[in-house]
Amino acid sequence: MKNLLEVKDLNTYFFTRRGVVKAVDGVSFSLGEGETIGLVGESGCGKSVTCLSILRLVPAPAGRIIGGEIIFDGENLLSKSEGEMRRIRGKRISMILQDPMTSLNPVFNIGYQVAEPIRVHQNLDKQSVWEKVKEMLRLVGIPSPEVRIKEYPHQMSGGMRQRISGAMVLSCQPQLLIADEPTTSLDVTIQAQFLRLLKDIQQQSNLSMIVVTHDFGIVAKVCNQVAVMYAGKIVESAGVRELFNNPNHPYTIALMNSLPKMDVKVDKLYSIEGQPPDLADVPLGCNFAPRCPEVREICQQQYPPQSVVKEGHYLNCWLTI
Amino acid sequence: MSEILLEVRDLKKYFPVTKGLVFMRQVAAVKAVDSISFTIDKGETFGLVGESGCGKTTTARLILLLERITSGNILYEGNNINQLSKLELRKYRSSVQAIFQDPFSSLSPRMRVGDIIAEPIIVSAAFPKKAIKERVAEVLELVGLSRDGAKLYPHEFSGGQRQRIAVARSLALNPKLIILDEPVSALDVSIRAQIMNLLHSIQRDFSISYLLIAHDLAVVKHMSNRIGVMYLGKLVETAESEELYFHPLHPYSQALLSAALPLRPDDQRAEIVLPGEVPSPLNPPPGCRFHPRCMYAMPVCSIEEPLLKQVASTHHEVACHLH
Repeated sequence: MKNLLEVKDLNTYFFTRRGVVKAVDGVSFSLGEGETIGLVGESGCGKSVTCLSILRLVPAPAGRIIGGEIIFDGENLLSKSEGEMRRIRGKRISMILQDPMTSLNPVFNIGYQVAEPIRVHQNLDKQSVWEKVKEMLRLVGIPSPEVRIKEYPHQMSGGMRQRISGAMVLSCQPQLLIADEPTTSLDVTIQAQFLRLLKDIQQQSNLSMIVVTHDFGIVAKVCNQVAVMYAGKIVESAGVRELFNNPNHPYTIALMNSLPKMDVKVDKLYSIEGQPPDLADVPLGCNFAPRCPEVREICQQQYPPQSVVKEGHYLNCWLTI
Repeated sequence: MSEILLEVRDLKKYFPVTKGLVFMRQVAAVKAVDSISFTIDKGETFGLVGESGCGKTTTARLILLLERITSGNILYEGNNINQLSKLELRKYRSSVQAIFQDPFSSLSPRMRVGDIIAEPIIVSAAFPKKAIKERVAEVLELVGLSRDGAKLYPHEFSGGQRQRIAVARSLALNPKLIILDEPVSALDVSIRAQIMNLLHSIQRDFSISYLLIAHDLAVVKHMSNRIGVMYLGKLVETAESEELYFHPLHPYSQALLSAALPLRPDDQRAEIVLPGEVPSPLNPPPGCRFHPRCMYAMPVCSIEEPLLKQVASTHHEVACHLH
């Protein structure tokens, strides 16, 4: 399978008064066509900044991409000009954000907002733009789109709004869709509807997806690949079945054990003590060492190199070396 | 049989919808909570699940006396809380506490942690003035924070620690019932387990009852002894948590459980994707409120409203014409 996206040794730092915050520190992964990778981790682990770096939307001037390569469809996005990036964003790479209440503009109607990417990226006359908007709304399952295009975001429910942003980002048939916590603000049954929709659309159009989440359940449901991030680094990555059946990194194991499970009754949940480190002042050695139950001396001195557990299963941990 | 601490009977809360600025004619009512009944035993956790807008938070606010009850009764240790004297009311208020979802907005940023925790103690005058400081330190240690934390401000703590402060505040007056409104959903995954374990050990040590409100089924299942499922202001099913998980009877409970995310990629469960969305509580469908989205809907469902009745095992109640 051809790789659509390759991120190599990406470093995105924020230069603040408190010092340099290494939000993304040497992240590498690749994504094939039609595949879905899940970036899992807690807040502040750098998963969203990784996505913003791919779109080159890291908030400047504090944030800067310091090094690495982002190869998208054979071209390095980091050497593109701003004008070239604008032609890629929203057309070839699109993004769905967490909260549809804030990602939609409250003062424009739905039709206008869904039409915007089509107007910008596709050379269509007015009539065909409207036809296309209606088609997209129908695709994401909005009933009676003719009425809905004249309505405003506040007239819709949360699930409906997230479908609208779905219609918006899919309207230009992107090759890559970045979904940053796409269902966090939705109810359980609506979340199931929306994940179903994303999967259906992906199957129809061979779309690649990056799904950012903190929920292993979403990963199990929609992803083929998983990368677990901790404090700016990917600590373990593997195919989804392999990672769930054979997690190796103490952080991955701890994270999975700390989730309450529906089918078994436990009295006490496993819990990871302490807090994630301050990214402006990361500990020497492995970032997870201060919270790791199996910490060794070397963990506090040097960051572990990447090792291969099995084909396609990579790990950064001293325990297995 | 254990003792009942709180009993809710036919509780209703209608919010009026008014028209006009001056006369404010009432044109309709949002039936946020429509005649629900349940009980909470001493030392047990009763979980309420349901989607947003189903009335679970309104129920909690009614129990906390933050909203006026439209009709129905709440009995606390056998006494109707609507008929309590001023003094008894004061006692009730200190024995029922709450912990809210977001520890960033539930703690005042301008007060020191010690003052935040001391406030309910001062208001209720439950402890002599000299003992307040000691009590604050005591509850801080109970929740795993150091007693020096009392001098700091909330912004100096992380999310998980702030939730611990909220727990400490609710414990300050030795409550008998704590209402947990989405206690972990604003926290990071690795911190959630810490807080859930803390709540669990507090319950064991002080035999406090919890009313847990959450939308995460795994969390509710983990923490509750019994669970009530709400849909559009109605309680549609109550059962012991294991029983509900393995044998959900109401079609809505079944759909809700099937919509929960899988634990593993190979977890194949029958997926029931409900069509449409929750109707507006302003104008709920006639008969069973779930019938427009229900796959088993029968003609009777749109006419007659099913009542909560006991089935099979002793503690399993469901409101559905199928059973």
